Amino acid sequence: MSTAELPKAVDGPLTFIDDRLGSTTFMKRNLKKVFPDHWSFMLGEIALYSFIILLLTGTFLTLWFKPSMTDVIYHGSYVKLDGVKMSEAYQSTLNITFDVRGGLLMRQIHHWAAILFMAAIMAHMLRVFFTGAYRKPRELNWLIGLGLFTLGLLEGLFGYSLPDDALSGAGLRITAGVIQSIPLVGSYIMFFLFGGEYPGQDIIPRFFTLHILLIPGIILALVTAHMMIMWHQKHTAMPSKDQAETHVVGYPFYPVFMAKTGAYFLFTFGVISLLATFAQINPIWMFGPYDPAAISAGSQPDFYMGFLEGSLRMMPNWETNLWGYTIPWNVLIPALVPLGLVMTGAGLFPFVERWVTGDQRYHHVNDRPRNAPTRTAIGMTGVVFYGVLWLAGGNDIIAYKFDVSLYATTWFFRVAIFAGPILAFIITKRICLGLQRSDAATMAHGYESGTIKMMPNGEFIEVHKEPEEEQKAVILSKEEPKPSLPARDENGIPAPATKGLLGHVRARLNRAWHIDNITVEEGHGHEAEGADRELSKGH
Amino acid sequence: MKWFTAWRRRPWAGYAVVLVALATIGVVYAGFSPRTAQATDSSASADDLAHGKQLFNQNCASCHGPNAEGTRDAKGNAIAPSLIGVGAAAVNFQVSTGRMPAMNPGAEMPRKTPVPVFNPDTIQVQYPPNATEEQKKALRQAAVDKNLNDIQAYVESLGNGPSVPSADQVAPANDKVGLGGTLFRTNCAQCHNFAGQGGALTYGKYAPPLLQSTPTQIYEAMITGPEAMPVFNDTTITPEQKRAIIAYIVQTRSEANPGGNGLGRIGPVAEGLAGWLVGIGLLVLAAMWITAKKPKKLKKQHD
Repeated sequence: MSTAELPKAVDGPLTFIDDRLGSTTFMKRNLKKVFPDHWSFMLGEIALYSFIILLLTGTFLTLWFKPSMTDVIYHGSYVKLDGVKMSEAYQSTLNITFDVRGGLLMRQIHHWAAILFMAAIMAHMLRVFFTGAYRKPRELNWLIGLGLFTLGLLEGLFGYSLPDDALSGAGLRITAGVIQSIPLVGSYIMFFLFGGEYPGQDIIPRFFTLHILLIPGIILALVTAHMMIMWHQKHTAMPSKDQAETHVVGYPFYPVFMAKTGAYFLFTFGVISLLATFAQINPIWMFGPYDPAAISAGSQPDFYMGFLEGSLRMMPNWETNLWGYTIPWNVLIPALVPLGLVMTGAGLFPFVERWVTGDQRYHHVNDRPRNAPTRTAIGMTGVVFYGVLWLAGGNDIIAYKFDVSLYATTWFFRVAIFAGPILAFIITKRICLGLQRSDAATMAHGYESGTIKMMPNGEFIEVHKEPEEEQKAVILSKEEPKPSLPARDENGIPAPATKGLLGHVRARLNRAWHIDNITVEEGHGHEAEGADRELSKGH
Repeated sequence: MKWFTAWRRRPWAGYAVVLVALATIGVVYAGFSPRTAQATDSSASADDLAHGKQLFNQNCASCHGPNAEGTRDAKGNAIAPSLIGVGAAAVNFQVSTGRMPAMNPGAEMPRKTPVPVFNPDTIQVQYPPNATEEQKKALRQAAVDKNLNDIQAYVESLGNGPSVPSADQVAPANDKVGLGGTLFRTNCAQCHNFAGQGGALTYGKYAPPLLQSTPTQIYEAMITGPEAMPVFNDTTITPEQKRAIIAYIVQTRSEANPGGNGLGRIGPVAEGLAGWLVGIGLLVLAAMWITAKKPKKLKKQHD
């Protein structure tokens, strides 16, 4: 292929470009970029491709959507709303749904893509966290990812508000309430944002600008940065036989990875289209136009805002009156504390881990989650914390569909929000250590082959086989912790890193991080059978 | 007029005037107040009433008491409410939806298949010889209607209450469905959900789905306020508006979902679930499949 002469019509322009941009060397270097293969590395791509679909369908929707809160009386093709007063925004969304050719499908693709965008970001972040892929040198990309997640939340909230249906309005009302709950400045910010009293006439045009221009612009810029940094730093890889910190094992971008990722775009588009065709989403014509007096049972936000809804639902009704001003803890705490804990915790974690473990090295090979039990346990703590909040956001649906008392669910969640994460930490850590023990046993005695052998003396044993090279390499990818610093050397001088309160805390945390570690090392694999015989005699 | 002057000076004359005035006002009010039309035969015969009382004793008296006065447990908490003055519409609603007689009293009485005496499908009727299926069905329906009418008449005889609406009163006002929707969203959707799918209430109670309710039952529920439901009387929601609401409910539940499967019409919770399970689920499978594929050329080098 490379030896074939290009036709002059192709060669000419290419040479022209190459002479000016030097693109050949650039392409040569980058097309050969190697990408490791693992299914979980594709999760982030779902988000990327959903975002592209969101941009395209969103553009289509702007062609007909009217971001206006002017009152109109509907006389369109959806008879059930005939003669009903509504805003122009809602009316134009009805028109997109029922009158624009393909409009409903586009709306549904847009909304399903948004759901998948956020779900994929969350799944991707969990993968990055549990494999330790955020470690040096990738902390910045982790932070950019968190920024993208936050912007995704905002973008979703704004998009959810635009059609001005009953659920949009309920979401906006909560948003306004949350802003107002901020002490001192809350009312001013609310009035500034809404252009006066809630709901006013300004909020939808303003959210429209933010939703279609500002936030997607920032997301696009951050996605670009995210991808370029990843390209520059190279993708992390799962531990395997040939994998090492010094090089990446995988397939070149061109032609293998390009084909795979291209196919994956089509898969993503396919799944979103499938959902959009067969599963109805956000039926605003049934919710009706926003009316401050109307609300429906089961009024929830989209799933990614569900954890905020849940924290609001489980919060006791606490308020304080100070010198005639009310501090509404019942709104302030649920709005800020869970989000703050999750986001701040996630943002600081790479740096805290580096400080606690004292590990300043570059990491390009991922950890297996079991080999970092403390990190995995902390991760599950966060997952359970978020999960309880998330479930609590749907407590009425849970109560109704599973026939339990609504107040019982509220109290269950109030207890679970504190007890669940603690239990999750303990259980996860024990599971990780159990898996480490199993790895250690495999290295020491080989794995159970399932073959039962009868010995000359009539004894039955199960044959244990030495693991394959690949399995061995994966198991041995576990790093044994360095012995923690002695608090004092032989002369009684405290080590510099353990001095002071901070140093003391750090030494404690360092010990806690590695506590209960099971050493996994290459054992007497060749004597597997003999060792096992001794073991089975012991039973 | 001498007798009148003498009469009005009597000591009891003042009381008599007050009594007469009260009676007059009462009669005039009764004449002018908007009585909902009587679908049931108001002049229930003594036989019908006796039959109604017999049905009451068999099906209701064990909880509501032999005289429908209600019963209480040892602590004084109501087991079953008094039925004096609840009226025919309440009886018709509770019995025709199968809620009463209750099988398993709990926080909420669920809609269920009515007991055989009130169920046109299972009631025992003596058929004339060689009756066709249709005739049998009509006979069963007539028997159920008689039973319902009699027990309603009996409860009504204990004290007046809202009566069963006529077919005209509950006919869906399809030309006012827009108004019906607005009223439904303001008054009903907060418990019954935007599409009448029902929803949770406090202490294990719930607002039932409106998918099986007949227009008559919907109307009766609004005027009698069963269980946790408030009463929407004719001043809160006029009869015309009630028909508009009925039109909205009937149209909404038979309306197709233009966007595909309605996912239970319960809002974003089901959408999030579908997004994760179907969307992310399928894409993870696709990712596993794609990344498990090894290009032939490179595979050869490796093997």
